[in-house]
Amino acid sequence: MPTADKEQIEKRMTDALESFGAEREQIKREATWEELDIDSLDLVELAQIVEEEYGVKMKEEDMKELKTVGDSVDFVAERAKS
Amino acid sequence: MSSAEDHQGRPEGCALVTGASRGIGAAIARGLAEDGWSVGVNYRKDAEGAKKVVEEIESDGGSALALQADVSDPNAADELFPPLEEAFGPVLVLVNNAGMRADGLAPQMEDDAWDRVLDTNLTAPFRLTRRALRGMMRARFGRVVNISSIVGQRANPGQANYAASKAGLIAFTSTVAAEVARRSVTVNAVAPGLVDTELTEDIGDEMLKAIPARRAGTPEEVAACVRFLASQEASYVNGTTLTVDGGMTA
Repeated sequence: MPTADKEQIEKRMTDALESFGAEREQIKREATWEELDIDSLDLVELAQIVEEEYGVKMKEEDMKELKTVGDSVDFVAERAKS
Repeated sequence: MSSAEDHQGRPEGCALVTGASRGIGAAIARGLAEDGWSVGVNYRKDAEGAKKVVEEIESDGGSALALQADVSDPNAADELFPPLEEAFGPVLVLVNNAGMRADGLAPQMEDDAWDRVLDTNLTAPFRLTRRALRGMMRARFGRVVNISSIVGQRANPGQANYAASKAGLIAFTSTVAAEVARRSVTVNAVAPGLVDTELTEDIGDEMLKAIPARRAGTPEEVAACVRFLASQEASYVNGTTLTVDGGMTA
């Protein structure tokens, strides 16, 4: 998958996180959910968006491993390839 | 005229009422249509009844779609939601009304009677709610109304399965309400007492003496509660159970 797609995924996820109430300037790859005040319900909705738009399932056990924005973008970009 | 034009500020979408071919479900479907919702009229067997409800709604200027599905089927959500979403947009009101009874005293109750009642009355609402919440959360608006029963709140010998399912529905309601409230989604229950429908026609007049109102309720009286809970005005009512029983449990 070209880099542009990863950027596009990152932009989509940033938009989603912002819609959940996170401050846009704080949404960086290294930012953790805690820092962004993103809770479990937000992550459920994020997983729905990712599944609907990229066909990538983020299961609960996956979500527990993904601690930052960057982790999640990489997870989705990697799986959207195959 | 679309629902958005009729009801300013309410997102465009539709309502789904399970078990809506007759009785309380039919009254709810008709009532929500009066409130401007396009309505999915789910039925299991009674295609004629569902058709009649759809025709009544359409003749009053509303929109409705009859949808066959046995809600106890694990795949029911996949049968119900896509056609409705295609026709009318996201399901923003879900009324889990479909229910069944298989009465008997617990010492003699077969597993099958237990399972069928729990599958239809409790597991099906869970699965349909899970599916509906996706669109509701995204829309930042949603109304789930679960039709429980006063039997979920007080003993009624011979209905251990039904009572457990309806009490479970109340606990399910309050828990999910707390989970999704931040998305402006409400999840409430309505607990009818004795209501005059085919489901209760075998219940004798003796029971009327236990009801302060001295009469059974009508499907429309239950539907009125659902219409309120589904309305924008009920936006701060969440996780509760509205009893409609003529004072029976007062």
